[in-house]
Amino acid sequence: MSRAGGTWVGARVPRNEDARLLTGRAQFVEDVEPPGALHVAFVRSDLPAGRLRGLDVEGARAHPGVHAVFTAADLGPLLRPGAVLVPPPPLEGLVFHARTALPLVRDRIRHQGEALAMIVAESRYVAEDAAQLVEADIEPFDPVVDLGRALDDDAPRIHDDLPSNLAAYVRQAKGDYAAARARADLVLERRLSYDRGIGGAIENRAVVAEWDARADRLEVWDTTQAPIPVRNVVAAALGLSESQVRFIAPFVGGGFGPKIMFYAEEILVPWASIQLGRPVKWVEDRYENFFATTQERGQLHEAEIAVTREGRILGVRDIFIHDSGAYDPYGLTIPINTQCTLLGPYRVPNYESEFRVAFTNKPIVTPVRGAGRQHGVFVMERLLDLAARGLGLDPVEIRRRNVIGSDEFPYNHEIMYQDFAPLRYDSGSYEATLEEAVRLVGHETFPRERDRVQADGRAVGVGIVNYVEGTGIGPYEGARITVEPGGTVRLATGVGTQGQGHFTSFAQIVADAIGVEPSDVRVVTGDTSDFHWGTGTFASRGAVVAGNAINAAALSVREKILRHAAEALEVDPDDLELAEGAARVRGAPDLSVDLGALAVSANPLRGAVEPGTEPGLEATSYFGPPYGTTANGTHALVVAVDPATAMVEILRYIVVHDCGTVINPTIVEGQIHGGVAAGIGNAFYEELVFDEFGGTSNASFMDYLLPTSTDVPPIETAHLETPSTLNPLGTKGVGEGGAIPVAAAFAQAVEDALADIAPGLEILDIPCSPGRLFELLRAHPKWCAGSRPASSGGAS
Amino acid sequence: MKPLPFDYVAAADLDEALEALADTSLEARPLAGGQSLVPMLNFRLAAPERLVDLNGIEELSRVEETEDGGLRLGAMTRHSALERDPRIARRAPLLAEASPFIAHPQIRSRGTVGGSVAHADPAAELPAVLLTLGARVRLTRRPRDGESGARVERTLDLGDFFLGPFFSALEPDELLTAIEVPPSAPGEGTAFDEVARRQGDYALAGVAARVRLDPGGICDEAAISLVNGGSTPCLMKEAAEALLGVEPTPEAIEAAAAACAETSEPAADMHATEAYRRHLIRVLAERMLWRAATRARTN
Repeated sequence: MSRAGGTWVGARVPRNEDARLLTGRAQFVEDVEPPGALHVAFVRSDLPAGRLRGLDVEGARAHPGVHAVFTAADLGPLLRPGAVLVPPPPLEGLVFHARTALPLVRDRIRHQGEALAMIVAESRYVAEDAAQLVEADIEPFDPVVDLGRALDDDAPRIHDDLPSNLAAYVRQAKGDYAAARARADLVLERRLSYDRGIGGAIENRAVVAEWDARADRLEVWDTTQAPIPVRNVVAAALGLSESQVRFIAPFVGGGFGPKIMFYAEEILVPWASIQLGRPVKWVEDRYENFFATTQERGQLHEAEIAVTREGRILGVRDIFIHDSGAYDPYGLTIPINTQCTLLGPYRVPNYESEFRVAFTNKPIVTPVRGAGRQHGVFVMERLLDLAARGLGLDPVEIRRRNVIGSDEFPYNHEIMYQDFAPLRYDSGSYEATLEEAVRLVGHETFPRERDRVQADGRAVGVGIVNYVEGTGIGPYEGARITVEPGGTVRLATGVGTQGQGHFTSFAQIVADAIGVEPSDVRVVTGDTSDFHWGTGTFASRGAVVAGNAINAAALSVREKILRHAAEALEVDPDDLELAEGAARVRGAPDLSVDLGALAVSANPLRGAVEPGTEPGLEATSYFGPPYGTTANGTHALVVAVDPATAMVEILRYIVVHDCGTVINPTIVEGQIHGGVAAGIGNAFYEELVFDEFGGTSNASFMDYLLPTSTDVPPIETAHLETPSTLNPLGTKGVGEGGAIPVAAAFAQAVEDALADIAPGLEILDIPCSPGRLFELLRAHPKWCAGSRPASSGGAS
Repeated sequence: MKPLPFDYVAAADLDEALEALADTSLEARPLAGGQSLVPMLNFRLAAPERLVDLNGIEELSRVEETEDGGLRLGAMTRHSALERDPRIARRAPLLAEASPFIAHPQIRSRGTVGGSVAHADPAAELPAVLLTLGARVRLTRRPRDGESGARVERTLDLGDFFLGPFFSALEPDELLTAIEVPPSAPGEGTAFDEVARRQGDYALAGVAARVRLDPGGICDEAAISLVNGGSTPCLMKEAAEALLGVEPTPEAIEAAAAACAETSEPAADMHATEAYRRHLIRVLAERMLWRAATRARTN
């Protein structure tokens, strides 16, 4: 049996966690305040590049209320570079130079915000006062800021032991692009860029550590997405057994990728607690977050597409530079995602892709929601739009002619994906999502020859793009399910939770398997004392990998329940059904025994049990997919552009997507809404501004513009369900899909709106802020600075 | 992002506040709504030794309709009152029209008109709007050595109050206690709009306009002021003069808007280049002058 059936999976079950979250009773790390806790502030480098010649901390040490000031010199064996979390894939010709940071700077500063010293004091206020007393003598170096010049021969070197700032080089290809190009009817070449951004979680990072010398145990509360791997690293670094170290990632106010990373603070705070014999607490503030937490994006592409006059893709060639920041602890996940996801839902018979990863003097780059996929989608969809324009085709039509058909699965793209497995699509509905989006946005009736200008003077345009999302990669997750004597069901799993609705969607899987209500299932995530095998929440894999481990464990518990109930009721297990928290005889519901009673009898206090019997109604299972499952979808949006001000408003946003089996449509829609909001931020609002000295100019939410509720339109969603063939539940991930194609759709729609006002205008750089759009308009020969909405004179 | 230590005085009435500010050996700052000052404290961009909290002073939060038909706004009048108080909407509709553009509802329910004006931020809406309305500020302090009386007061035109970016004529021992808005005349119309990246952000550019027409439809008074149009909040006199004595036709308004853009001195920053700001000023000035003139015709 692959799945027990039942009615909970697929239902709009209200979220189990909402009562706690919405009434402010959910526990976050910041809420943890052990008696006697000391507070940490880090002294961080304001300069992005330089040599630390001296560090005078005596004034800080002498400041009243300061308990300790630690520098690199104090760390002993902890002073060693961090781990490379993701090794590079085994690709021929691959170059990869792993460089990771020390917990505190010893001599070389490679990005703004690197920590120079750690101050532990009575309060964060005192710690910050003392931080101002630390005097750092830094010899400034010329920073590497401009990605396009980071690999130049004369660029300052960031890691002295390397011959250049090249961190990695990867080439993947299939077919013969040069030959395809030679027989193409149209070849288009463009330079495209997609700039940096932050994860932007509402809750910054935080660590609270308490060393209990009597129990010889360390308890750590941490905002991590990966409590188990972090626990293991910290235990090893501190010379403790994993069983001595408990990591708890309680409710976390957003992950979005950066919290999957391992950070120096996660070792330093527990270490300080051991050193000082006091609980120690550090809460990152928003300013620190702009430097000390990892970021994403920053790629420059030189891409070309070769097509026939009918618009069929003959081949694509893409050469790009990826900005890794000062170090590369997360390997090549992002650029490989870009390289693979570029192919999208399309048949691309000839593909040539190579990328170079560059070190720069900027904060470290690791995956953020989308994790490089949006860059690939942006390049491919833009090339298709321009090819369509060049051929006089409708943008939808060129996509129709190239999407992989529903009869072509499994589809093999013949290159390697980030999980080191071939890029294969297990199943999908590429034609169907496209056609449904076309129908919902009214594309066929959208007036192509229309007067694009509305009554208010704004021009209206539509954008429709496709994407795929590689999701649910391995290696594995696990789950343990226990039916307790009170009839409550306990589910423990290793993935952390940052708002994904795990307490509900996981409970729904269990509820179907053993006949209880989702509200009867108490879900524990992210506590290593409850479950200590697993990797974490990332790559849109919770519902796929943990979900199927939970399903497997639930089916094992189901078997145990049926066996015990059959004995108790003296019937054949096949005659039993599980419903309403009881096992009952089909057709004779009065003959039943409730799960709590079975849990008691399965764990007797006296008497003999058969050899080989496990006590209780409990099972632990693991699930690891052979390779990632691929979700897909189509986004369509309608924008209104004020050509006089270059301001853009999104009037409608439509998402038609397919993440296989939908466990809870409300939760899936929530993921999509959040993803689209992040994508809108990418497309139009968010940009990290680095000054000529490499410093971040906009390290606050006043100047780093996250879209707010007033900037994100209502989002219309339609779910198609093509089950994955790679797991019993048929689930695919959906955590990142919302974010991936937004910039591409946005660019197409804005160009469409401006088709009469500035024909031929091309948006090739993201973010496309109004300032950038203004420059594009100003440079356009047809745009008249005086062109303004007809309603400019209208009174209101 | 924690402030340095400071002394805190919660003034129970105006005299207590003036007393706390009178000792200028200590760097004291009045705390009104705190919507600019508190972030500056947390970023340690400001480090006053004493904060004098005005929130308990009842007399500073009064809104009064004056006998001449104008308004007197106590310095602690919240931005949200501008949005909701029908007396303000009736007597100074421009204030009501502009107030929803001031940040977000949470900020408007704490932020005050006196705090915003005293902050003298060229990116804020209220300095531009109040300049356009011809408002005046009342400044109050304790008598200094050799002076007599309980309080010393002076009243300044706003144009004389703003001296530079975040810099005003306010003396360290003075408190901005009230804003006086003159009555609007028959045949007057006003308008405000701005372009911001997101709802509630500081505007890339904004324009407040006031146009008065005589019975023959000829403009006999005009005022225009900008949000983020220069380093100091100020009136755009050349642009206003371009309309005086003429009928506000589209051509006349276009010319006035062009003069406004030309004489503005917008700064470049990460959100907009100088050229983009100047362009927005022209577009908005044209739209707002037209809107104000249209309203003037029906008033």
